[in-house]
Amino acid sequence: MTLMKIDQLGFRYGDPWVLRGVTFSLAQGDFIGILGPNGSGKSTLLRLLSGVLTPREGQALLEGRPVHAMKRREVARIIAVVPQSYEGIFAFSAREVVLMGRSPHLPPWSFEAPHDFAVVERIMEQTDTRQLAARPLDQLSGGERQRVLIARALAQEPRLLLLDEPTAFLDIRHQVEILNLIKSFNKKEKLAVVAVTHDINLASLYCDRIILLDRGEVRDDGVPEAVLTEENIERVYGTPVLTIRHKLTGRPVVAPRAEAW
Amino acid sequence: MAAFSFPTSHLIATPARVVKISLLLCALLVAVALASIFTGTADISVRATLHEFFPWASFPSGGLTEAEASIIMSIRLPRVVLAAIVGASLSVAGVVFQALLRNPLADPYILGISAGSAVGAVMGILLGAGAWRLGIPGMAFLGALTAILTVFGIAGREKRRETNTLLLTGVMVNAFFNAFILFVFSISDHVQLQRALNWIMGDLSLADERSLLYTSVFLVIGSICIYAYARCLNLLVTGEETAQQLGVAVEKTRIVLLAAAALITAAAVSASGTIGFVGLIVPHILRLLVGPDHRLLIPTAFFTGGVFLVVADTLARCLVAPAELPVGVITALCGAPYFLLLLRRRLRFMS
Repeated sequence: MTLMKIDQLGFRYGDPWVLRGVTFSLAQGDFIGILGPNGSGKSTLLRLLSGVLTPREGQALLEGRPVHAMKRREVARIIAVVPQSYEGIFAFSAREVVLMGRSPHLPPWSFEAPHDFAVVERIMEQTDTRQLAARPLDQLSGGERQRVLIARALAQEPRLLLLDEPTAFLDIRHQVEILNLIKSFNKKEKLAVVAVTHDINLASLYCDRIILLDRGEVRDDGVPEAVLTEENIERVYGTPVLTIRHKLTGRPVVAPRAEAW
Repeated sequence: MAAFSFPTSHLIATPARVVKISLLLCALLVAVALASIFTGTADISVRATLHEFFPWASFPSGGLTEAEASIIMSIRLPRVVLAAIVGASLSVAGVVFQALLRNPLADPYILGISAGSAVGAVMGILLGAGAWRLGIPGMAFLGALTAILTVFGIAGREKRRETNTLLLTGVMVNAFFNAFILFVFSISDHVQLQRALNWIMGDLSLADERSLLYTSVFLVIGSICIYAYARCLNLLVTGEETAQQLGVAVEKTRIVLLAAAALITAAAVSASGTIGFVGLIVPHILRLLVGPDHRLLIPTAFFTGGVFLVVADTLARCLVAPAELPVGVITALCGAPYFLLLLRRRLRFMS
């Protein structure tokens, strides 16, 4: 089932277009990676998808309606966003942060009901964050904090999860843990996932589809095997690379074409 | 709910917990207020006073003399009630400003409210507006509104309302108005100067029924508006975009909250002058004690702010009796060391 339709989407903050002519659609159960060099418009695209930015051109439709014009509460019940970092200034505990994910489901003037606590406990169990529940967020390690933010997003019970560089500051073990976690929700609950990332190889291994952005335009869009070619990467990133096949999955793995010194 | 109770560094806000803590603090406020009414330069019997308040309960006493009754009813009582209202106003406004501007050092005066109000009051004193009962508070309130509208008019023009722009604008408006006050002072005579200075340092002896009425109306209506958005404040503290993505209509929420907090502050300042430190320290102490959840923070700040200022004003009245200290001196003298103590304890606890 189609969840979002992106049609000729364009955006600019000042004069130059940051994003232009972006068209694709995404359905329940998709796992899409958005790749591209710095400044290619990845994060802007994500903000347009979540509706916090208003497109200058074209539209982003969520179930047929322009997402930026919808009520924020309504959007937040369908789309959850995992930000790159947590910017809170006062020391909320991990459980309080995850409970915030229930907010779009609560009427104004209200407190969380037993059902909300039950959802949060289940999600914290599944994301392995229960032992962190009482700790203030600013005292957690990068990986722990990322898990809590993912738990908050999942507590929204969304149908689409948007991730902004979910593994940027993590070591390889934590990167894999986070992505396995997201993949399991994607498989089990048909959660659609769109992840912006700099990590070409993790995207290749976990995403079913890659959208490659180049200076605000879609360079290529398809399965990792088709998009992550040496030619595509070299053109977009401007550096010579090799692609190798991953032994287990057959997916392409990209390495710089470093000379033998 | 018992199945979901886990050890936390602070407690999750539940309705039962909010009501319980609020009632406790409310009782404390009443007790402190009564104690304050019995305390003062004139030695008045507690029993006789209780008899005056609760004539139906028979306290074996001869009642108050007329002079005593008048001291209690028309001097101490209004003053204590005004202290409670102003303390509550400044604390609740402080909670809101700190959260909205995402700056733990923000205080209720940050948008230039106190300076604008002071300009109004000083002009009122110089132009002889003191001849009318609400002349000076009225001018002070107009001054505060001018400051608020100036800040909103300038910073609000921006499409993406940056909190830093708001802060900077507030600081500039403050600086301008303060300079203006100094200018006015430098050209005015001594008697007027003393009155104006008293007002600026905070003076709760200005209390009368009218000032009690309008400050409490602003406080109650404003606090209800603010509490309606308590959960949104939690989300706003974690970042504006995040709040939006969690379903908060950020623009509307910010405007309602800023307006409510600014008006509460303006009303309180116009009735009492500028009393510093309450709006900064009470929210911080409470965050350390009950945690950062605004559903708990707002009602506790309401009552604790009242307690804090009633105690401070009682000290201001009694410490150097029969003279009086400016209550702002007491709030800073008591508040700052206590705050540092709490901070040090928390640092030790964390390491």
